[in-house]
Amino acid sequence: MKDFAALALDTAKRRGATYADARVMDIRHRDISTKNGEVGTLSESESLGIGIRVIANGSWGFASTDRLTREAVQACAAEAVAIAKASAIAKTEDIALAPESAYVDVWQNPYLKDPFRIPVERQIDLLLAADKEMRRVKGVTVAEGSMAFRRIDQLFVSSIGSSIHQTKVQSGAGIVALSFSGNELQKRSYPNSFGGQHMLKGYELVESLDLVGNAQRVGEECVALHSAAQCPQGQSTIILESSQLGLQIHESIGHPIELDRVLGMEANFAGMSFLTTEKLRKLKYGSDIVNVVADARLEHGPGLGTFGYDDEGVPAQCTPIITDGLFTGYLTSRETAASVGEKRSGGTVRCESWNRLPMIRMTNISINPGTWKYDDLIADTDDAILMETNRSWSIDDRRYHFQFSTEVGWEIKGGKKGRMIKNPSYSGITTEFWNSCDAICSRDYWTLWGTPNCGKGQPMQTMGTGHGASPARFRNVKIGVAFSK
Amino acid sequence: MTSSIKITADLERVAERVLKLAKTAGLDGAEIDAAANTDALTRFANNTIHQNVAEQTLSISVRAIMDSRTARATTNKTDDESLARVVAAAASLAKNQPRNLDLLPLLGKPKYQKVSRSFSSTAETTPQDRAHAVAKVCKHAAKHKQTAAGIFVSGSSHSILANSKGLFTHYEQTRAEFSITILESDSSGWAKANSPDIHKIDPQALAESASEKSAQSRKPRELAPGHYVTILEPSAVLDLMGSLFFDFSGTAIEDKRSCLTGRMGQKLFGENITVWDDAYHPLQTGYPYDGEGQPREKVLLIDRGIAKNVVYARATAKRAKRKPTGHGFSLPNDFGEAPMNIVFTGGDKSVDEMILTTERGVLVTRLWYIREVDPYKKILTGMTRDGTFLVENGKIAGGVRNFRFNQSVIEMLANVEMLGPAERSAGEEAFEMVVPAMKIRDFHFSEVTKF
Repeated sequence: MKDFAALALDTAKRRGATYADARVMDIRHRDISTKNGEVGTLSESESLGIGIRVIANGSWGFASTDRLTREAVQACAAEAVAIAKASAIAKTEDIALAPESAYVDVWQNPYLKDPFRIPVERQIDLLLAADKEMRRVKGVTVAEGSMAFRRIDQLFVSSIGSSIHQTKVQSGAGIVALSFSGNELQKRSYPNSFGGQHMLKGYELVESLDLVGNAQRVGEECVALHSAAQCPQGQSTIILESSQLGLQIHESIGHPIELDRVLGMEANFAGMSFLTTEKLRKLKYGSDIVNVVADARLEHGPGLGTFGYDDEGVPAQCTPIITDGLFTGYLTSRETAASVGEKRSGGTVRCESWNRLPMIRMTNISINPGTWKYDDLIADTDDAILMETNRSWSIDDRRYHFQFSTEVGWEIKGGKKGRMIKNPSYSGITTEFWNSCDAICSRDYWTLWGTPNCGKGQPMQTMGTGHGASPARFRNVKIGVAFSK
Repeated sequence: MTSSIKITADLERVAERVLKLAKTAGLDGAEIDAAANTDALTRFANNTIHQNVAEQTLSISVRAIMDSRTARATTNKTDDESLARVVAAAASLAKNQPRNLDLLPLLGKPKYQKVSRSFSSTAETTPQDRAHAVAKVCKHAAKHKQTAAGIFVSGSSHSILANSKGLFTHYEQTRAEFSITILESDSSGWAKANSPDIHKIDPQALAESASEKSAQSRKPRELAPGHYVTILEPSAVLDLMGSLFFDFSGTAIEDKRSCLTGRMGQKLFGENITVWDDAYHPLQTGYPYDGEGQPREKVLLIDRGIAKNVVYARATAKRAKRKPTGHGFSLPNDFGEAPMNIVFTGGDKSVDEMILTTERGVLVTRLWYIREVDPYKKILTGMTRDGTFLVENGKIAGGVRNFRFNQSVIEMLANVEMLGPAERSAGEEAFEMVVPAMKIRDFHFSEVTKF
């Protein structure tokens, strides 16, 4: 790895690059899924290659190849420089990078059990056992289970002298029950929808989820939804359980604080942001109890946004994003940090693979725990709907207006959890919503959720992000619009 | 640049080596999908190029079959040791799972209809070619005191699908795409096109269209949510249709997760809606065979409003006692199949005629962040974006703030008053299709955003 990376830098510099970095990445995947008692997907893949990013004539160029020979790496570096020079045909000003120190380091996330060393038949057996429990429930029409494992072995080198070797091991698993009846298809998932829970952990994560122990309940709740009451329409208090709050953070805080989006770099695809730079340290983003951080450090937890260094060689950091309700920080890169008066990048730049350009991505964007015990929060709530597990999500391209649906809701009346509600949904404007938050549960109920499928960029890159959250209450929220006529 | 012939020959040699290794390993059967892609993308924003990338990728994907079991392993390395390892990995995964007695034997040697979708002019496009085109559209934007953002893409792909039963086929295709958003302080406009042939892409014309939309939608007013006569340009239609056609799948029907469950043969849509899946249509792209090598057939999905047919992979077809249609995904998978070459028959009304005949309505350029709210009623939610207009008395009366919609696409296709000619369209939420613009009654906009 080291020789090819050094060769890439050397070639780029000789061709006229004023800055160069290279990432050699060796990525391994294992994906398993089951459906109705049979194995669905069963695959492993490996991908090794190098991505070379340069500045020449004041503009960016990037090229990548999976042909790891001296000739191919030299050609790739030369191509990156040629592309940078072509970029300069339509430049308005030279690229300038915020200063950063050089680091020589090795980093690996801790884990107990290497998921790739666990026999695949044991993993399949676990999914099939959960599948069987779900299908025991009369009315379940489809039972599904999935596991996904990733190992990313990566060397980063740069022309300022950094050489950083990082290894990340990631695991994830989940189960889903579907039930079709009459003219309705209902769904319940555990521990979260769209693939379950994912963390920077080993197979111990899967074992801790107790998929089999939760399977029957998932099946029963799914079937029960058919006879549940429809979510009403109107204004209401809502309580979001933690995985739904995690996605709410992702969409209505995590994306709008991406500084490349704010500066218009994503305008054609992912969109822009309402958080224009004059709002920094002035906008009341949420109520006084809302405190949000972007924290990539291991001490925050083994989230999908945890690492030692980002893909520009900047060490992991914790940035206060919302402090006592006030908007206080963006996600920045070495190129963008200066535009909001920062002297240094916040260390949030990552790429999906060796063939993708690093860009600003969410790290672990988490809401700090509040003080409420969960039972006390329910007891303190007179009339509300508790919403659990995301079913659909949508937000405009500047991240103002959102609409979420969850798989299940529960009526809260007179401080008690009551009947089940089907097709719950809520919508609102980002800052109005966060300013309506009046209670957040404590650290005891806080979970660092993993979102493995965040899409951004052209060509599209899928990235894992982390979102710590505990259940929280919001007042006067519009509910039920998704099914309005 | 490596020639197309050499790339194909290299892939053929890899496929032959893998099949030999599979035989030596004692597998009952093996399938190899080897693909080489070259892609380049020039990205611009704020009237300057801010990202310019190129990649060469290789994928050697091997499916092993052993004693009614199958699994897949993939690598991007072609040395002998790596190829032996990928075959061993597929075999190891396959043998460590329960038997699947429904697993079908490999296909033999089907005959394929020839399609020609590779253009050397596209494959040979240089970073300088893309940069000059981008510089021109950025100048156009700056001249009009506007800001341009977008992409210009060119690339090519070659692939070999082969198996131990003698199937050995090759496909190659080029692609070019240009997408542009033109921004002003309170408005924006968008246009996009793609084609295998870069000469069919006109960046300047797309830039002018986006620029005009941005200028026309300045100072957007807020309209009340409600049901409106709505004119959807082809890209907006395309993005709404994306999730509908995954339900035209034998596996989705079998799993009772399709909106067509219990509704096949019923008139769900308007008399003016007829839709085919047709991989051979001149405006379509993509392979003439599916993930197992089954030739794609032209399938009538909706016939004058009636849900007529769904598509079948080989295994789904056997269970349903139907003929496979050549729409299966690579095995093993959970989802079976889907039609991926959608072609509407369309109509003869232009968007201008639709506007002219509208007393009061909304014209939509593009939709965004579309998600399913109810999978059986097929209610989708999403936002309008980059060019939403009020139409009054047969004219565009100005821009409006963007709406959220919650709309059943089944009801929508029953409410189509006018159709434009079907054209190859590109969006961001669905694969490319040949779709028309549509004028629709009672399209449901449920809320409004702030811009």
